[in-house]
Amino acid sequence: MLLVTCPYCGPRPEIEFHCGGEAHIARPAEPAGLDDQAWSEFLFVRTNRKGVQAERWLHQHGCRRWFNALRDTASDRFLATYEMGAPRPSAGGEELR
Amino acid sequence: MRRFSFRTLISEAFKGHKGWERQWRAPEPKASYEVVIVGGGGHGLATAYYLAKEFGIRDVAVLEKGWIGGGNTGRNTTIIRSNYLYDESAALYDHAVKLWEGLSQDLNYNVMFSQRGVMMLAHNLHDVRSFRQHVYANRLNGVDNEWLTPEQAKEFCPPLNISRDARYPVMGAALQRRGGTARHDAVAWGYARAADAMGVDIIQNCEVTGIRRGADGAVEGVETSRGFIATKRVGVVAAGHTSVIMERAGVRMPLESFPLQALVSEPVKPVFPCVVMSNAVHAYISQSDKGELVIGAGTDQYVSYSQQGGLHIATHTLEAICEIFPQFSRMRMLRNWGGIVDVTPDRSPIIGKTPVPGLYVNCGWGTGGFKATPGSGHVFAHTLAKGEPHPVNAPFTLDRFRTGRLIDEAAAAAVAH
Amino acid sequence: MSQPFRLATGGRIDRGRRLSIRFNDATLEGFAGDTLASLLLANGRHLVGRSFKYHRPRGILSHGSEEPNALLSVDRGPGRRDPNNRATMVEAVDGLVTGSQNHWPSLELDAGEVNDLLSPVFVAGFYYKTFMWPRSFWEKLYEPRIRAAAGLGKAPETADPERYAHLHAHCEVLVVGAGPAGLAAALAASEGGGRVILADEQAEPGGSLLHETSALIDGMTAEAWRARALETLASRENVEILPRTTAFGYYNHNHVALLERLTDHLAEPPPHLPRERLWQVRARQVVLATGAHERPLVFADNDRPGIMLAESVRVFVNRYAVAPGRRIVFATTGASAYRAAADAKAAGLEVTLVDLRPEEDCGAGLQTLRALGCEVLTGHTVVGSQGRKRVSGLIVAPLGADGRVGARRTLPCDCVGMAGGWTPAVHLFSQSRGKLRFEPAIDAFVPGTSVQAERSVGAARGVYELSDVLADGHAAGADAAGRPSERAFAASPTPAGFTGIPLLPTDADPAKLRAFVDFQNDVTAKDIGLAVREGFESIEHVKRYTTTGMATDQGKSSNMNALGLVASILEKPVPAVGTTTFRPPYTPVSFGALAGQSRGALFDPVRTAPLDAWAEEHGAAFENVSLWRRAWYFPKPGEDMRAAVARECRAVREGVGIFDASTLGKIEVVGPDAAELMNRLYVNGWSKLAPGRCRYGLMLKEDGFVMDDGVVARLADDRFHVTTTTGGAARVLSHMEDYLQTEWPDLDVFLTSTTEQWAAIAVQGPKAREVIAPLVEGIAMDAESFPHMAVRLGRVCGVPCRLFRVSFTGELGYEINVPAGHAREVWEAVLEEGQRFGITPYGTETMHVLRAEKGFVIVGQETDGTVTPDDLGMGGMVSKIKPDFVGKRSLARPDIVAGGRRQLVGLLTEDAALILEEGAQVVADPDQPVPMRMLGYVTSSYWSEACGRGIALAMLADGRSLMGQRLHATTQEGFATVQVVEPVFVDAQGERIRA
Repeated sequence: MLLVTCPYCGPRPEIEFHCGGEAHIARPAEPAGLDDQAWSEFLFVRTNRKGVQAERWLHQHGCRRWFNALRDTASDRFLATYEMGAPRPSAGGEELR
Repeated sequence: MRRFSFRTLISEAFKGHKGWERQWRAPEPKASYEVVIVGGGGHGLATAYYLAKEFGIRDVAVLEKGWIGGGNTGRNTTIIRSNYLYDESAALYDHAVKLWEGLSQDLNYNVMFSQRGVMMLAHNLHDVRSFRQHVYANRLNGVDNEWLTPEQAKEFCPPLNISRDARYPVMGAALQRRGGTARHDAVAWGYARAADAMGVDIIQNCEVTGIRRGADGAVEGVETSRGFIATKRVGVVAAGHTSVIMERAGVRMPLESFPLQALVSEPVKPVFPCVVMSNAVHAYISQSDKGELVIGAGTDQYVSYSQQGGLHIATHTLEAICEIFPQFSRMRMLRNWGGIVDVTPDRSPIIGKTPVPGLYVNCGWGTGGFKATPGSGHVFAHTLAKGEPHPVNAPFTLDRFRTGRLIDEAAAAAVAH
Repeated sequence: MSQPFRLATGGRIDRGRRLSIRFNDATLEGFAGDTLASLLLANGRHLVGRSFKYHRPRGILSHGSEEPNALLSVDRGPGRRDPNNRATMVEAVDGLVTGSQNHWPSLELDAGEVNDLLSPVFVAGFYYKTFMWPRSFWEKLYEPRIRAAAGLGKAPETADPERYAHLHAHCEVLVVGAGPAGLAAALAASEGGGRVILADEQAEPGGSLLHETSALIDGMTAEAWRARALETLASRENVEILPRTTAFGYYNHNHVALLERLTDHLAEPPPHLPRERLWQVRARQVVLATGAHERPLVFADNDRPGIMLAESVRVFVNRYAVAPGRRIVFATTGASAYRAAADAKAAGLEVTLVDLRPEEDCGAGLQTLRALGCEVLTGHTVVGSQGRKRVSGLIVAPLGADGRVGARRTLPCDCVGMAGGWTPAVHLFSQSRGKLRFEPAIDAFVPGTSVQAERSVGAARGVYELSDVLADGHAAGADAAGRPSERAFAASPTPAGFTGIPLLPTDADPAKLRAFVDFQNDVTAKDIGLAVREGFESIEHVKRYTTTGMATDQGKSSNMNALGLVASILEKPVPAVGTTTFRPPYTPVSFGALAGQSRGALFDPVRTAPLDAWAEEHGAAFENVSLWRRAWYFPKPGEDMRAAVARECRAVREGVGIFDASTLGKIEVVGPDAAELMNRLYVNGWSKLAPGRCRYGLMLKEDGFVMDDGVVARLADDRFHVTTTTGGAARVLSHMEDYLQTEWPDLDVFLTSTTEQWAAIAVQGPKAREVIAPLVEGIAMDAESFPHMAVRLGRVCGVPCRLFRVSFTGELGYEINVPAGHAREVWEAVLEEGQRFGITPYGTETMHVLRAEKGFVIVGQETDGTVTPDDLGMGGMVSKIKPDFVGKRSLARPDIVAGGRRQLVGLLTEDAALILEEGAQVVADPDQPVPMRMLGYVTSSYWSEACGRGIALAMLADGRSLMGQRLHATTQEGFATVQVVEPVFVDAQGERIRA
């Protein structure tokens, strides 16, 4: 079970959280302007990176706030967690345990 | 290929088994192949086998990063069934079941396919409605599936708790008698041996590090840890690592890879005669020939390539097992492990062409790919050989995510597969 | 004579507490402090089981959790029998009933032994090569036979009456293993006051110190040092010592799982204690002091009862005061066996030692042992053993400098102690994903690079010298606690060097050699050779093909020998062959402990609505809807479900009914941008909905498919009362919050779940107004002032309420929302007021029938996650004005706008009395060949009391174009003819609802 550091509450066990998948995929401002291919990519295509990836987490059984995290999907280690809306930190940031 | 039989086994027994040959060669990769399969799991090896056997394409290499069958093929709970709701799925999985039924003889390798029956438990009115829908749809599709009362379910599987007082009492079950299990490792090895005998090169410890494309965008070959291999046709069958491989060809996929856990108990004498699946309480269980209770647990919630998940996934599964089979509470978990499953948005596989000429993909089997191994290999071989899909895999395109013609078994039935 | 092999003195057993156990048909005596293994040996019982495949007689190999052979069935009373218990780990308890396994008819005389005769056929992987013809025989004949022969013990047959507990803990430092390294680590780690947990799988902490009778530490006996260490630790409040506790799993982010066994060692466990407790520890730092396992030697017939590990002989002699034999031959490739031999000699046993190494390599122990009067043969290999159910002789031969095996000699004996070197227990380290490193000097894998906050110490990392072990433990403990310090210890030297050799040299025909590598799974060196010959070169392949290392001991004693064999056959260095993955658990863990208390009623919480108790008191039948328990129908005496539902339906259509709708999800959406958020989340428009009015809302996922629905009331410009489906409440709230927080944080809106706060009492039927009007204050109830789909705030029975005029039945109806604490008083007041109209409580089944008669859909029944608004005939509800809302773009995808989609219709059976099955498939031509073309399926089907016939809703391909057509729906017997009709069966004009 992962130990996830909520930027608002601090480290908590994974079962308090919901992982919402890849982060920084903004909903298009004008979906109607997208062709079917572009829209389907927004809906379904994911980087699914082996390595450091940014993803969304919700402290579901806690403060109920969404935040973003950098996690290495090969090792499951978190490199950083940060508030929704903040830019993605550089991957070399200090590792959070 | 030296045929396996009782007679050869006995004759070897007298000779100290010195006469057995390698089950597959360990060739050096050639400079080029007609077809390169990326991924030496059951699906990839089956693809190579059917390419050689059905389509006469023997100049084939199967490239495996580690050792064949070491991914999900050797990590799953080996459930085989075809009682899917949608016509497309039923056709695909039943195509596989039909091949399973003669597979040991076809490969001359005992894959121990055992049609012990797969029983899916209904625990609420929604399940009942859904399973009846499956039973009727299957009947009209020529797929066996029958409805059982709780008492009939208990008769079929005596350890089952059908008490009305259970938190989620068993309200009935859908039984596919042709469903069952097989010996997972043997499937990989059997396909490897049979494909090798027809000239397919199975190359282990060979990681694909790149897919080279020409000026026209078409595939020219693959870069590997053992050098460049030229080919005009590449079939990627890399399960959890599909996104990683495809990204090397510049193709982004509608996939996410999750850890999926399974576990076995210590072996005991026969106590569990069939396969039982309960989606409502999350339990999948059978007993192996060796005597271990083989139990499927769930996926972790986050993308991971670590083949290791959290303990809470296993404990949650065992809560369900103890709830449905109270006599197993004192059984002990012997091994718990994880695989990496690639999951599509509609939980159905993608088998077919990609936007890159010469690049084909077979992926997205999620938590249920093992059962499809022979069928998947067969239709993918057809697709690679002809450049066009077999009618059975024609609906399972990558393009369906653009058009919206999804095949959403999970949404339709709330049943994991 | 009782306990004929019990030594007269010594040991840690309590000679004052005699006990007896049953083993098969015998009653055997022992002492408190015995394990089953030591008790059996004290009684001269070496034959304790039969092997998995060949049913060979097997004895006790080891003294610890690595035991592969001595697996017993243990019966602790009704429902408390379980198989495969390692005799070396089960503490003897007075009255315990135990039995050996895997034999018929008896342990002594096992028909399964025929398999041993057939062993030339039953080689590794033989089953892959045969049993294929004729095809049908696999399932009918071969497989059942294989299954019956396989397995070990018998599974429990009845439910387990025990309780199991879960506990979560945090600590500064978790120390795994309370041997010398672990004790030193715990002492150092706990000095600073941070919480330290010290877990050890044995009944007593101390590890190897428990049988270390001769060594001195800092001038004290090992026992005195151990006692003082434990006393110090016990005196520190920040230390928790957990004996009988196995750390079995090392997961992400220093999450370590421990299993504590609480009652199995007690003859009469106190009832308040659970049997086992699962600890889930999140440790800041972990110290792994898990020790090392001794390797068996691989030689012909090395599996006879009486042949055990040399260190285990020492343990049985020193710790349990048991003589595993009177005449013991030690066979070794290393130094540690000399110590075991010396201790056995000191206990008065006859001892011979055979060392593979040439005389000059044998070290100081050689002379010491000879000085004690023991025969020592150096430069000798072992080529076989004699005896059947107990070893009677060990066959040895000199090994020439050229590697030639000389003349054989048989050493008579009744016990063999074999020492093939040491394998650090790196299991937990490996589970933590640390990378192993091969250390040629000790022929073993040791922890290399750490990945998590842990460190291995002592024998677990190949440090065997006792003084070094203690210093290592101290330094690691201090460092883990963040207070680095070093300390030197003075201790007696520890002989530990060895020559690693996976198969002892022999002159026998390798094809006939029965030299066991994996004892439990009956894997021989020959099997491993065969696997490699057949191309299984990766160690994982060898493991799977031969099953070596896959038994219940997970290869603790066998893995290194198997690996060494593969490496030597392939002529590769060991690290090039690789090492197998160590998977949790370290030792098997009961399902019960893992499941914990989540059983029965606690398996999943039961959510009950405020009126659940009333329903129960009034005889309701219940159904589960997600976590909720809901009243399904209210049968009167003598009524079956159909009669009850028919009565309830009549009451609502003709008079008035009352229904607990409290489980519906409720979300308060508040803020200046509330309407904008609603506009973006629902297909309908909300800007023009006036305060005081309600609207049916439909919500899509971004993929365009229906996600949820419900009536939404606008209470004020900036306030909506949103309802959701019962099962969808949490999902909908999360969906809303997700968009609000992540996509549109600029919107000024607050979302609050109020599902549990509001009870919702539905009063439905032509008399509904007359029933509730007298109870309502402050709300004009006439139809004009309070029309259908309106909401009013006021009081009912003096309680503040939100009164909705809404209907899911098609009748005049209200839903009275009151604070949940007032639900029952209001419900009972309405009931009383309704008496004069025969007010009838109804359940979810009647609610379903009534809504189906009106063609109202239920999300999750008519929809399945692949249905669009248009499919439901609700295309007109989708706003054409809004440029965007969640799911809108997806509705324009090619296959969503294409023809052939399934659409909601009604079906009437030709036979009015017939009720179709929900899930029945519909076809145009029932005589077509299989596979048939299915048009769709029945989503809802009921007996309609109002129509006097069966009615059904269905989703059919292009269903709206099929109106009036005759189609065919499946039944259990075949097909029934149905007619496609509009999906509304009662009051198509909707006059009653607006009454």
